Amino acid sequence: MGLQVGFQKRVNGFSLDIAWRIGNELAVLFGFSGAGKSLTLQMIAGLMAPDRGSLRLDNVVYFDSSTGTDLPPQRRPFGYLFQDLALFPHMTVWQNILYGGAFLPRQEKESRARELIREFKLAGLEDRYPREISGGQRQRVAFARALIRRPKLLLLDEPFSALDRPIRLEMRQFLRKVRDDFDIPTLLVTHDFEEALSIAERIIVYQEGTIVQIGSPEAVKDSPASRYVAQLVECNPPVQPTRCRLAAPGNCA
Amino acid sequence: MEGPLLFSVRLSLQVAAVATVLILLVGIPVAYLLARRDFRGRELLDMVFTLPLVLPPTVTGYYLVVLFGRNGLIGRFVHEWTGWSIMFTWYAAVLASFVVALPLMVKTTRAAIESVDKNLIAASYTLGHGEIGTAVQVILPLAKRGILAGTVISFARAMGEFGATLMLAGNLPGRTDTMPIAIYSLAGSGEWSKAHGMVLLMTVLSGLFIYLANRYAKRVI
Repeated sequence: MGLQVGFQKRVNGFSLDIAWRIGNELAVLFGFSGAGKSLTLQMIAGLMAPDRGSLRLDNVVYFDSSTGTDLPPQRRPFGYLFQDLALFPHMTVWQNILYGGAFLPRQEKESRARELIREFKLAGLEDRYPREISGGQRQRVAFARALIRRPKLLLLDEPFSALDRPIRLEMRQFLRKVRDDFDIPTLLVTHDFEEALSIAERIIVYQEGTIVQIGSPEAVKDSPASRYVAQLVECNPPVQPTRCRLAAPGNCA
Repeated sequence: MEGPLLFSVRLSLQVAAVATVLILLVGIPVAYLLARRDFRGRELLDMVFTLPLVLPPTVTGYYLVVLFGRNGLIGRFVHEWTGWSIMFTWYAAVLASFVVALPLMVKTTRAAIESVDKNLIAASYTLGHGEIGTAVQVILPLAKRGILAGTVISFARAMGEFGATLMLAGNLPGRTDTMPIAIYSLAGSGEWSKAHGMVLLMTVLSGLFIYLANRYAKRVI
């Protein structure tokens, strides 16, 4: 049971080689930008194909290069939250949410949409367009749209990074609640260690296309597996990851 | 306006309208393929659909005669089976306008489709929608303004078609003399006063179309 990932991929001179597994938990992919976290998420979603590897969720194979299995993204029952949310600008809040459940029977689709709108405090905004609502509301619409068909896995690509701090904290609470309610493995990509620490049950640390540590937030914080991880943890929030990466350990300026 | 002139105006509008419908039906799928699919021969396909934009309309017309003329590669069979030929009918004017104006539709629509945010397309897939569902519900609606601009400009070009039309449909008064062809005839026989009105009408209509196309195109961005 759980999610089992093994990917190898070369793209534009960058090489990714990772393998990990998580259970029914909230795991964070953590590392500097360009470490391969988002690439991993895209390959899980089927938006990009690995050169080699496999992807299993609860013993269903979605990708396996050795057998040539490669389900297209529309046939993978995963919810995906994009960094910019990717709400459809030409659809209202209501239409955006329904679009995520297009293949459910009409009545079920609409009753679930109403339920999500109530739960996610979106009532009254049904006929608004994404540009007409606040950042926090857009986040919750994106969640509702991704969750309406009850995905078996939730993937989040730094969706909170553009938010102001108070709303970001609120969205973390929200994510934890969603994760508990829907009870599915959840993967959050972030380069903010505070975020990882506050929310994760497991942290998977990326460094330039490889995994350098997997463990609980406490384990990563208290006993980093390498100097690099220690530096990554210390240098947070990583306002200037490039400068931080170049700095000597312990010197995050 | 007198009967023959009114006929030309009506014929021009009719030819341009039918050609534009065909252009929409062919142009959008072709533009979609060129914008979204990577396949062998894509550049060749793009070239074939761009050529009529650059070639002298008489050359395009020449190819069409070679293909659809009574002894043409395709026209020969049509004539053998049905005894009918498209040559010198108003259908020929439609065919000429269609071929000459199609590149404008393909170019604008392709650009509009390519400018649709890739994340929105990816989002549609991750929400369980396949290629056709995504094309119809996300890509085409978001490319709508570009498609509208392409439609208007294609209609205008179709209405102004002269060279290929003359070669394919000829200049048969009361049958195939669209506005541009009627103007050519009137000028040739020195009937300037009659030509004036039509020239003015063509100018005003074309100006209007450019205005509309610009308005739509501006909102694309």
